[in-house]
Amino acid sequence: MSKKLAVAAIALATVAFAGAAQARDQIRIVGSSTVYPFTTAVAEQFGKAGKFKTPVVESTGTGGGFKLFCAGIGPDHPDLTNASRAIKKSEVETCAKNGVADIVEMKVGYDGIVLAASKKAKHMDVTRAQIFLALAKDIPQGGKLVPNPYTMWNQIDPKLPAQKIEVLGPPPTSGTRDAFIELVMEVAAETFPELKDLKKTDEKAFKKAYASIREDGGYVEAGENDNLIVQKLDANPNAFGIFGYSFLDQNGDKLQGSMVDGVAPAFEAIAAGKYPVSRPLFVYAKKAHVGQIPGIKEYLAEYTAEKAWGKTGYLADKGLIPMPDAERKEWAAKINGLEALKM
Amino acid sequence: MTDTSTAVPAATRQSIDTAAAHLKRRYRAERRFKAVGLGAILLAMGFLVLLLWTIISNGASAFMQTYIRVDVTFDAAAIDGDDLPGLVKSSIQQRFPAVESRSEKRELAGLLSSGADLDIRRALAADPSVKGTTQPLWMVASDDVDMAMKGYVSRQPGLAGNRLTDRQIAWLAELEAAGAVKKRFNTILLSSGDSREPELAGLWGAVVGSVFSLAITLLVSFPLGVATAVYLEEFAPKNRWTALIEVNINNLAAVPSVVFGLLGLAIFLNFLGMPRSAPLVGGLVLALICLPTIIIAGRAALKAVPPSIREAALGLGASKQQVVTDHVLPLAMPGIMTGTILGMAHALGETAPLLMIGMVAFIVDIPATPLDPSAVLPVQVYLWADSPERAFVERTSAAILVLLVFLGAMNLAAIMLRKKFERRW
Repeated sequence: MSKKLAVAAIALATVAFAGAAQARDQIRIVGSSTVYPFTTAVAEQFGKAGKFKTPVVESTGTGGGFKLFCAGIGPDHPDLTNASRAIKKSEVETCAKNGVADIVEMKVGYDGIVLAASKKAKHMDVTRAQIFLALAKDIPQGGKLVPNPYTMWNQIDPKLPAQKIEVLGPPPTSGTRDAFIELVMEVAAETFPELKDLKKTDEKAFKKAYASIREDGGYVEAGENDNLIVQKLDANPNAFGIFGYSFLDQNGDKLQGSMVDGVAPAFEAIAAGKYPVSRPLFVYAKKAHVGQIPGIKEYLAEYTAEKAWGKTGYLADKGLIPMPDAERKEWAAKINGLEALKM
Repeated sequence: MTDTSTAVPAATRQSIDTAAAHLKRRYRAERRFKAVGLGAILLAMGFLVLLLWTIISNGASAFMQTYIRVDVTFDAAAIDGDDLPGLVKSSIQQRFPAVESRSEKRELAGLLSSGADLDIRRALAADPSVKGTTQPLWMVASDDVDMAMKGYVSRQPGLAGNRLTDRQIAWLAELEAAGAVKKRFNTILLSSGDSREPELAGLWGAVVGSVFSLAITLLVSFPLGVATAVYLEEFAPKNRWTALIEVNINNLAAVPSVVFGLLGLAIFLNFLGMPRSAPLVGGLVLALICLPTIIIAGRAALKAVPPSIREAALGLGASKQQVVTDHVLPLAMPGIMTGTILGMAHALGETAPLLMIGMVAFIVDIPATPLDPSAVLPVQVYLWADSPERAFVERTSAAILVLLVFLGAMNLAAIMLRKKFERRW
C-alpha cells in the first residue's frame, strides 16, 4: 500500500515540478566561493527590502559556475555567476554556442591574498622573490633548477628571522591557490634570469617551474577551510598562512599580515592598488534573463549602490576591498546600463 | 579417602601439572584478550568524549546571544514610512547624545545588529499601542559585540586589529554598567533561516530541509529496499542473474556518494527537469545511497528468521505470500529497521552528492514544500565553517550539536519502534 502511495507521490511530484520549472520568480546565482560572502550579503539585503524573493546563491567554484551559467538560456539555468577571475575567451565561446550571447560583466571590487602569522611571531617583511625561494619546489641556483634546499627563512636572506619555513596554504583545487601562484610565484619567477630564459625557450617547463609548490613539508596544504588555518596559526607562532584578506580582517586581534614588497596588507593599501597580491572579483549576469526573471536589474542596482560596495558600505565590512571612486562610478554606469561584454 | 596425590602415578602427576600450567597460560591469554577488548572500547569512548567535549565547549555559547536595551521612541512617521533601521539608529544615538561626527555615529550604530529593526517590528506586532510612545526595548547586538561579551575577543582598549574600536568598547562598558547589556537564549539560531550576519543566522531552514529530504528518502528507499530484499531472499531463483544482481548491490554500497550526486544531476535534473536545490531531488539522491544498506541489512534479517517458522506455516497450508507477509517479515522487521536507520543516518550526514544538485547554497527562506530551494543541516555546517566571521565558529559547533540531536532523535525513534515489533522465539 505504502509502496503504491510512494509511487503515486513521485508521479504527482513529477507532474507538479514540470510546471514549476517553467516559471521562476527567484534569482539563482552560482559560482566562486570567494565572491560568495559578498553576493550572499547583497542577496540578503535585497530580499529584506521585501519586493523580491531572496536569491539562492550556490557555492560551486568559479569554473563550475561558468559551466552552469553557460549551459543555456531559460529558467533552468542560473541568472548570475560569481567569479574570482575574469571570464575566459573559451568560456565566452561556450556561452555563445549555447545561446548565452549578451553577458553583463560586473567588477565587484578586490580581494587581497595575505601571508599572515600570529601576533606572537616576529613581524615579517618579504619580497615576492623571497616567497618564491621559500615555497617553490625547484629553485634556480647557479644557472640551473635544483630542488629547494632552504629550510630556514634566514638561509634565503640573513635579514629574515631564523625560523623554520612552515607555510599553511590552500590545496591546488582552491581558487586562492591559483591566484597566489599567478600573483606571487609567476611574477617572482620572471625576476630570476634562469627562469626568464626558460620562459623564452620552453613555456611549458617555465609554467611547471613556477606552479610547482614544494612537497617536503615547507608548505602544508591545510584544506579549503581558512578558519582552520587561522586556528593553527594562533597555536603555532612559527607558521605562516596564506588566505583571503577577509579572514585577516576578522581575526586582526590574533593575526598580523606580513609585508609583501614593503607594503602591509591593510584595507587602504589594497584599495589603492599598492599591495601587490590582490585580484579583482567579478559577477556575470545574463542579459537575456533581465525581464524574464524578476529582480535582476534591481539586484544589480543593489550591488552597485554606495551603501553596498562603497568605501563604507556593508560589503567593505564583510572584507571586500572597494574599487576607487572613479572606477566604481564607471562600472556602475556600465552595469546599470546593462552593457554587454565584448571580447 | 587417603591422600590421593600420593596415590597418583608419577606420569599422570606430570601431565596434570602441565595441564595446570597450560590452564594458567590460557587464563592469562583470556585476561589479555579481554583487556585488549576493553582497552579498545575505552579508547573509542575517550575519543568520543573528547570529540563531544570539543563540540559542546565550542558550541554551547552560541545558544546565548547578547542583547542591548535601548529606549526606543516609536516615532509614527518612521514606522509609517517603513524606516525601522533609521529608528534603530536614532534610538541608540539618543542614548549617547554627545556623539556627533558621521564616523562616530557609524561606530555607534555598529553596536547593534543590522537586523535590530526586526525587534522593533516584533514589538509593534505584539502591541500596536506602543506607536508614538517611548519604550525600553532589548535589541540584538552585532556579532562583534557578542564575541566581546562572550570573551572571545579582548575588550582591552588600544589593541591593534580589534574589530571593536576603543570608542565602541567604552560605550559597551557604559551600557553594561547601566545594566543594559545581557545574554539571552538565542531563539534566532533555532527559529530563522540562514543569514550572512552571524547574530541573525538560524538553522530552522536547514532543519526543515533535512526533514523533507529524509522523509522522501524514507518513503522511497524503505518500500523499494524491503521489496528487493524479500524478493531476492524468498522468491528469486538462485541463478546467474540473481548472483549478478547481488554482487552489484554489494558493490553499490561501496560507491562514493558523490557519484550518486552526479547520477541525480543527470537523471533527476537534466532528464526529468526537476528543480535545482529542492529537497525532493535531495531525498531521491539520498534514497539511492540508502538503498544498498537497506537491502543488505534486510536480507540478513530475513535470513536470520529460523526456517522452522516458514516450514510450520507452509505445513499448515499458508501460501508463500502469507508466509512472508504474516510470519517472516514481522519477525525480520527489527533487523530491517536497524539497517534502515543506519542508511538514514548515513544520508543525514551527506553533503557531497548534494553539491551536484545545487543544495550547497545560501538560502534564506524557510522551505514550505519539498519543491522549494533548501539546504540541509550538514550543508549548513559546511557553509558556516567556511565563513570568515568569527561568530560563525561557535555557531558551526552549535549546528553540529543540533545535527547530533537530530540524529539521536532518529535513533531513539528507531529503538522504540524496534522494541515494539521485537518478538522472541
